[in-house]
Amino acid sequence: MKLIFERSTPGLSCEILPPCDVEAYELKAEQQRGQELRLPEVTEGEISRHYTELESQTFGVNSGYYPLGSCTMKYNPKINEEIAGLPGFADIHPLQPAHTVQGCLEALRLAEKLLCEITGMDYMTFQPAAGAHGEFTGLVLIKKYHESRGDKKRTKIIVPDTAHGTNPASATMAGFTTVSISSGQDGLVDLEALKAAVGEDTAGLMLTNPNTLGLFEKNIVEIAEIVHQAGGLLYYDGANLNPVMGIVRPGDTGFDIVHLNLHKTFSTPHGGGGPGSGPVGCKAFLAKFLPVPRVEEKDGEFYFSGDYENTIGSMKAFYGNFLVVLKALAYILTLGREGIPEAAKSAVLNANYMMKKLEDLYQVAYPGRCMHEFVLTAEPLKKKTGVSALDIAKGLLDNGMHPPTVYFPLIVHEALMVEPTDTESKQSIDEAVKVYRELYEKACTDPEALHQAPVKTAVRRLDEVTAARNPILRYNFD
Amino acid sequence: MGSYIPNSKAEQQKMLDFLGLASFDDLYNEIPDKVKLKGGLNIPAGKSELEVRRQMEALAGKNKVFRTIFRGAGAYRHYIPAIVKAVASKERFVTAYTPYQPEISQGVLQSIFEFQTMICELTGMDTANASVYDGATACAEAITMCVDRKRDEVFVSATLHPDYLRTVKTYCYAAGRKLVVVPEKDGVTDLAFLKENLNEKSAVFLMQQPNFYGIIEDAEACFKVAREAGAKSVMCINPIFAAIGKTPRECGADIAVGEGQPLGISLSFGGPYLGFMACVQELTRRLPGRIVGQTKDIEGKRAFVLTLQAREQHIRREKASSNICSNQALCALTAACYMSTMGPTGLKEVANQCLAKAHYAAKHISSLPGYELVFDAEFFHEFVTRCPVDVNKLMAKLEEEGILGGYPLEGPYEGCILWCFTEMNTKEEIDRLVAILKEGIQE
Ligand SMILES: Cc1ncc(COP(=O)(O)O)c(C=O)c1O
Repeated sequence: MKLIFERSTPGLSCEILPPCDVEAYELKAEQQRGQELRLPEVTEGEISRHYTELESQTFGVNSGYYPLGSCTMKYNPKINEEIAGLPGFADIHPLQPAHTVQGCLEALRLAEKLLCEITGMDYMTFQPAAGAHGEFTGLVLIKKYHESRGDKKRTKIIVPDTAHGTNPASATMAGFTTVSISSGQDGLVDLEALKAAVGEDTAGLMLTNPNTLGLFEKNIVEIAEIVHQAGGLLYYDGANLNPVMGIVRPGDTGFDIVHLNLHKTFSTPHGGGGPGSGPVGCKAFLAKFLPVPRVEEKDGEFYFSGDYENTIGSMKAFYGNFLVVLKALAYILTLGREGIPEAAKSAVLNANYMMKKLEDLYQVAYPGRCMHEFVLTAEPLKKKTGVSALDIAKGLLDNGMHPPTVYFPLIVHEALMVEPTDTESKQSIDEAVKVYRELYEKACTDPEALHQAPVKTAVRRLDEVTAARNPILRYNFD
Repeated sequence: MGSYIPNSKAEQQKMLDFLGLASFDDLYNEIPDKVKLKGGLNIPAGKSELEVRRQMEALAGKNKVFRTIFRGAGAYRHYIPAIVKAVASKERFVTAYTPYQPEISQGVLQSIFEFQTMICELTGMDTANASVYDGATACAEAITMCVDRKRDEVFVSATLHPDYLRTVKTYCYAAGRKLVVVPEKDGVTDLAFLKENLNEKSAVFLMQQPNFYGIIEDAEACFKVAREAGAKSVMCINPIFAAIGKTPRECGADIAVGEGQPLGISLSFGGPYLGFMACVQELTRRLPGRIVGQTKDIEGKRAFVLTLQAREQHIRREKASSNICSNQALCALTAACYMSTMGPTGLKEVANQCLAKAHYAAKHISSLPGYELVFDAEFFHEFVTRCPVDVNKLMAKLEEEGILGGYPLEGPYEGCILWCFTEMNTKEEIDRLVAILKEGIQE
């Protein structure tokens, strides 16, 4: 594929603006740009063709089966996109006076109310732009909480070894030290290990439930007790809320703070990497620390207030990825009180169904009932045939499927983390199962073929070592 | 009730049978009863598509869409060409995940590589990342890039956008970093203060160009002082201004960051927007977030891939340069498409029209009694005037005419107005504004 710069022809352009209708103005020479500005010079048709080509080499949710574990790649409803594009939302300036943005504020309020009900929280901020940003926000809330009580020795955040990398990374950004605890034989938090880890320096525990192995932490009440008794708070990484929404509320199981990934559980699209939205909910006793501005209501009028003495400040400019919140809101309104748990159940059913269809061939890392996802280990297969999780993933590419998440969670060797999601049909799962099984056979009979895979894709395996060793991170015009 | 479940009840029953389960509830029998929600969610019943549309349209209808906007302050209304919207709504771009599988993600990867190149061109820097959440978090992340064990004090100009400053404060508070806000003097960074206070603990100085008041600051002088003190320099730059203004690189910055919203992204009540980050070669491995690099596949074909991942959270965990995982990729693609559509000439034209219209407006507004310019300094497309009448009343009057007036300032400049003019504002609109202001004084 050509780069847009390689499609450029000097002198070409799109005619977009009318001539300027006021007298020109010139900056002083020392304020002017000296460097040449080398942007593409192309016509509209060329741009259109360029991006059509790029799109053809992009795999979206509708291109095929996309069971990317931990990412909840469910269908992204079209109505949500249209709603987010309404001029009454998309063309609203963030600093308009409150009486001209009552609809935006009401939407935020409504989303807060619904998501608080779903999570069992009392308040919610939509400022965080993604899950990791939500984690950071939540951890700063924890920090501020302990500080407000004059409790300065709480410097540690406990994180299970199954946790996503963003958890410990967020803890560091919030000035905490991470204490990693090993999971038990059953893949769940080891209560003894937890008891040994908590103490006077415990600021909190970050937990994903179901965890990244797809297992529900059934001892959650005991876990919460241990952490709370030690004086710490409980943080819920909501990346995996999908299988339990409407079934279990984190707030009812002892969590004090949650973040959600609206771009996972609540069907907003992922945009090839973003934008997402990572709202953070908390219990009432933490509300005074929430970021500002916050939406308030008085006599049926909504307004923003920044007037909170104990606030942690702001996590970004303005109020968050507002249009993404709208999409999630439309989704919740669509599914409603019955549809939310039904989607959860569909996710769990699909995952268990697929797991059972594969477990005689591939080894399930932690057998038993899974929630929305299950983790296979290709370690035995690799020992037997030399074919790795990566090889299987690349083999799937040749079959028009997106591979599962590979090599995560870190505690499972040769991990293949499969999350079919609620919007996958039995038929497509059956087809996927067939392919997974064929690949297993292929690994046994012709491992080399899988080492070579993919062969049908636009490009084949890449030299990632050279990419990192001698980085080429921009187009070279010379 | 709307539903996106593609299996019939009969099919689901077959699947349950296969699992040897009697009912859906059995799927959850590992979960202790005591933690299960009793009685279901207390939210409204699901709705059909048409009902949801009506409800959301009713909400949208409660907002006022202004025909004419003279307000910026961190969110700018520019013209968004039709092709940009068409490209940004292409289904696969919209629905793909982060391109972890390069063999089937060359489209997204290449679009990011092109974006990185354009951001480098705009800022004069060597490397750029694939985006962060917004301009404010880009500032905060840039500061983290500069801090180390020896130097951990942070200097930020008070002329930075107040939301950005508040965000930077929160990030510094979180990490336990000392933050010094360099005071503002006559609308610009107090250079003397900076000179006096930078020391051997100072890691970084950050300022915005044009600053929050629209003023083009003498960034070069500030960065020179920072460099002499051994601190790094960060410029938060408006990308439209960068097309004609001295680049961060030319001003001596080590890192350039900014809010990419003006590059083809709608106002959207504040988000999603686009944080961009670029830096000099030496700092490349300190950049946070995704970076796309060029390489070859085993057949020697050019290809793109996420690279330098040893910086990132999924590899380094608590030692990562940042926690960022999801970013604003689709906004980055939008911005790249916008820059391609405008091209070098077009982007400069946008900037020059902003500059010309703002100066035309300033000349006429400031000639009205009581509307003097507050600062005697060069500006780009925003400037501050006094206001001889009650600001709220003036705004209400403008609103009646479908005009969103300038932003009423708070704090030290309470009662003053920050105006913004872009290529979207016609001479006629500006003349009309001036006429309304004039009437207001006479009343
Ligand atoms: C378990 C878990 N936690 C946190 C995150 C981070 O979320 P985001 O990418 O929205 O920052 C992810 C995303 O992959 C995740 O899977």
